Amino acid sequence: MKSVVPQKNVSMRDVFGDTLLKFSLESSRVYAIDGDLANSTKLDTVANGNPKKFLQMGIAEQNMMSVAAGLATTGLQPWACTFAAFLSKRAIDQIQVQIAQPKLDVKMIGAYSGLLTGVTGKTHQSLEDIAIFRSLANMVVLAPADAIEMKQMMEFAHKYEGPVYIRIARDPYPVIVDCKYQFEFGKAATLKDGKDVTIISTGTQTSRSLVAAEQLEAEGISVAVVHMPTIKPLDTDAIIKAAECTGVIVTAEEHSIYGGLGSAVAEVLVEECPVPMLRVGVKDVNSESANNDDLLEKYGLSEGHIVKAVKKALKKKQN
Amino acid sequence: MNSSLSKEKIMLLKEKASEARKLIIETVHHAGAGHIGGPMSAIDILTNLYFHEMNIDPDDPRSEERDRFVLSKGHSAIGLYAVLALRGYLPVEELQTFDSLNSRLQAHPDMNTLPGLDMSTGSLGQGISAAVGIALGAKLQGKGYRTYCMIGDGESQEGQVWEAADIASKYELDNLVGILDFNKLQQFGWSGEEKSRKSPIHDPKDRWESFGWHVIEIDGHNQEEIEIAFNEAREVKTKPIMIIANTVKGKGVSFMENQYLWHSRIPTDDELNQAKKELEMGAL
Repeated sequence: MKSVVPQKNVSMRDVFGDTLLKFSLESSRVYAIDGDLANSTKLDTVANGNPKKFLQMGIAEQNMMSVAAGLATTGLQPWACTFAAFLSKRAIDQIQVQIAQPKLDVKMIGAYSGLLTGVTGKTHQSLEDIAIFRSLANMVVLAPADAIEMKQMMEFAHKYEGPVYIRIARDPYPVIVDCKYQFEFGKAATLKDGKDVTIISTGTQTSRSLVAAEQLEAEGISVAVVHMPTIKPLDTDAIIKAAECTGVIVTAEEHSIYGGLGSAVAEVLVEECPVPMLRVGVKDVNSESANNDDLLEKYGLSEGHIVKAVKKALKKKQN
Repeated sequence: MNSSLSKEKIMLLKEKASEARKLIIETVHHAGAGHIGGPMSAIDILTNLYFHEMNIDPDDPRSEERDRFVLSKGHSAIGLYAVLALRGYLPVEELQTFDSLNSRLQAHPDMNTLPGLDMSTGSLGQGISAAVGIALGAKLQGKGYRTYCMIGDGESQEGQVWEAADIASKYELDNLVGILDFNKLQQFGWSGEEKSRKSPIHDPKDRWESFGWHVIEIDGHNQEEIEIAFNEAREVKTKPIMIIANTVKGKGVSFMENQYLWHSRIPTDDELNQAKKELEMGAL
């Protein structure tokens, strides 16, 4: 694993569109299901490259997800994609009753997840989707750190038979995994070793956590970064091991501090290996529309906030 | 169009529907839970589907070529279970397990527990969308099977029904047959005062037609009319079909008919006996 952050930025949504097009050409089962956002989510790659495998359901997410369930019962593998905010809240009853409960083979891609949604504000940001999807039985919940991992997750999801939710980012992110990296379902990935404190991060916050860790190293603090691409089922062994090794944990996610990765890690720690921990995430507030850097700073997700949280957590450990 | 049903077939369908009605009331009485009014209004259509219209085989309930049925008004599950039991999908005695622990017969249809159920439903408005997905899946794969879906009139208040209506029409799903169980009552309704109760949905014919569906209106308790409607549906091209079945909630038992309270009331022992008597008389 690399301990430095390369500069090359690649967009998860571009890779999503390209990979799904490839699946749709190779497999007769794969269909792209759109809720009229294809040119934002990059599902339009399938619409343009393989129009027969593209189904437009219009701006009607509830029907879209139930139709996907119906398609799955006929042996097809629908990949439904819309903004994470709408998927996780507008259509959650349909997803629970008709996809998760019967464990149908539907893939759900939550585009524009988290806080950075292209200046669209609190109505389009998605800070609750991990909490919501994680609470559904039979659901797999994934959050890639970069575009390379996104592709690997899609390859996993394509082979896996059952409901999978993948939350992806709008904007390009640094490629942080090296060429030997392979996403393993249900397994954490230690991207950086360290002995004083462990940051457990998921999705887009992993690259910010790596930057924060570098800064902390420069100040003489040894920080491990454990990336958690599978939020459900959770790699509890990796969490316990991190707690035992460093004795203090900081979680980082582009999500509310309620119900997301931080909560999931806390659930494991209190039951299995109680150590001090802090959660980096959006607090109990509504966000707004603004540029990315301003949002990250104001809502507590920037590298600087992770650095501060780590230092505060270390004090808890020492007390 | 005339019905091609023989007198014997009509007699058989009526007998099965009457038996199913008895089973519904007995099962709800036994379980102390469940719905009666809606299943009773739907039962003649369900009987026709499973004993005449659909290409199905109880011995091969997951056959890829089978016709599909989605009970979008999932709370009428006991009506569907009664018909499935009479048709041989499950032992009639198994109805006694309805709504009890570990039963395959859940309060609302669970496709994973009982072979023969083509979709899980229960939260209203969703089944019709799933049926759109099934019919679309058949078209995409060049399959000849047909998809049937029953919705309720109360259920038609759900916006998702109309999202589904729009997409079915867009994809020209002429292999999809919706049936509206138009019994004009729902659980409680617009007003608690019975005298001022209004139908859950107005002008369903105009609505479905304006969404681009081919609409057929029938008496949902008349086997010949039901059969003629299904035959007409098979002739329709490039449009989904909605059969508006005018029905009576609680049909078949005098004191249950048109009484919204029988949506989910549990009959007393006396009421059970009285209902069985009436149904036996009616079947003769």
